[in-house]
Amino acid sequence: MKSFTGKTLRWQWRDGVIELTLDHAPVNEIGSVVLAELEEFITASGALGEETSACIISSARKQGFSAGADLRELYRGASALPEKERLAGLRGFLERIHAVLNALDAAPFVTIAAVHGVCFGGGFELALACDMIIADKMARFAFPELRLGLIPGWGGIPRLKRDLGNAFVRDLLLTGRSVNATRAHAIGLVAQLAAEGEVLRVARATAAQVAKFDGVTRAAAKKFIKPILHEELRREIDLFCELFARPTVMAALKKFVESTDGMPYLP
Amino acid sequence: MRTLEQTTQEILDLASKHFNVPAGSLAPDDDFFMKLGIDSLQTLEMLSRLENHFGIELPDYEVQGVSNFRTLASRIQSRL
Repeated sequence: MKSFTGKTLRWQWRDGVIELTLDHAPVNEIGSVVLAELEEFITASGALGEETSACIISSARKQGFSAGADLRELYRGASALPEKERLAGLRGFLERIHAVLNALDAAPFVTIAAVHGVCFGGGFELALACDMIIADKMARFAFPELRLGLIPGWGGIPRLKRDLGNAFVRDLLLTGRSVNATRAHAIGLVAQLAAEGEVLRVARATAAQVAKFDGVTRAAAKKFIKPILHEELRREIDLFCELFARPTVMAALKKFVESTDGMPYLP
Repeated sequence: MRTLEQTTQEILDLASKHFNVPAGSLAPDDDFFMKLGIDSLQTLEMLSRLENHFGIELPDYEVQGVSNFRTLASRIQSRL
């Protein structure tokens, strides 16, 4: 399937490049519908793998790439279930999103996250599964999960550790603060910086460059330099579920969902 | 080194320019949430613009609870 338009995202294949556009109000919060459509995308992109050199993931939402997991859906869904079923449902969701991100991480083509605005939590984890992040200079990155009594659960810590020094990972994780694109570029998280409003153009130019090289060599180089950290990713799911079982998490989710704070995205 | 007054004025100018508020209509003690009519995500946008303008990093936890330009300026001043 070379093009698709779903409820929350769309993609189009053209001249060896897939452009996947997230478009789910307000800021691409990732819940069950987004996940289902990402799964469709992974299936479709797998079939297009041999004729694809690059994939660009971007957002059509003005305020950013993605604000992360859909916490309202998570809270509503979890509240409606007894604890045992709640954890089973959560684990099922985590297994599915990990399968999507692992497939994206290991795709034989080059994956580029073209990021503007907020790139938080699960949205940041989606970007981290890509081979490179190209960021608008107004982009911001954060892992605010600790405010909920959780850790990032979609591969964030193992993938960030794979790419960056542990000191920065701890700063980002333990303070929950957001960092701007300039800082993210300086420490090697962001591969290229784009002027305001230019990130997609820069990502397309990069995709065109990538397409010049032999596909077999490109895939081999990627596999060599970017190992998938299966064991750590599995441990992360277990730890996330263990933390989620505590009552403090549901209380924090409730507080977030009901918040009228001017800055609910911040810890 | 900028003075606190200069930093405050630069913040007012930047806020006026990017949030379409007439120049001169903002004052140091104004509540910027109210005056600019911004939400949490736009506050992050303002933070990015301030960091880029002043060439600093200002962790969001330092601006939590801050709502007027003068206090914001003092937080920035401590990072210059």
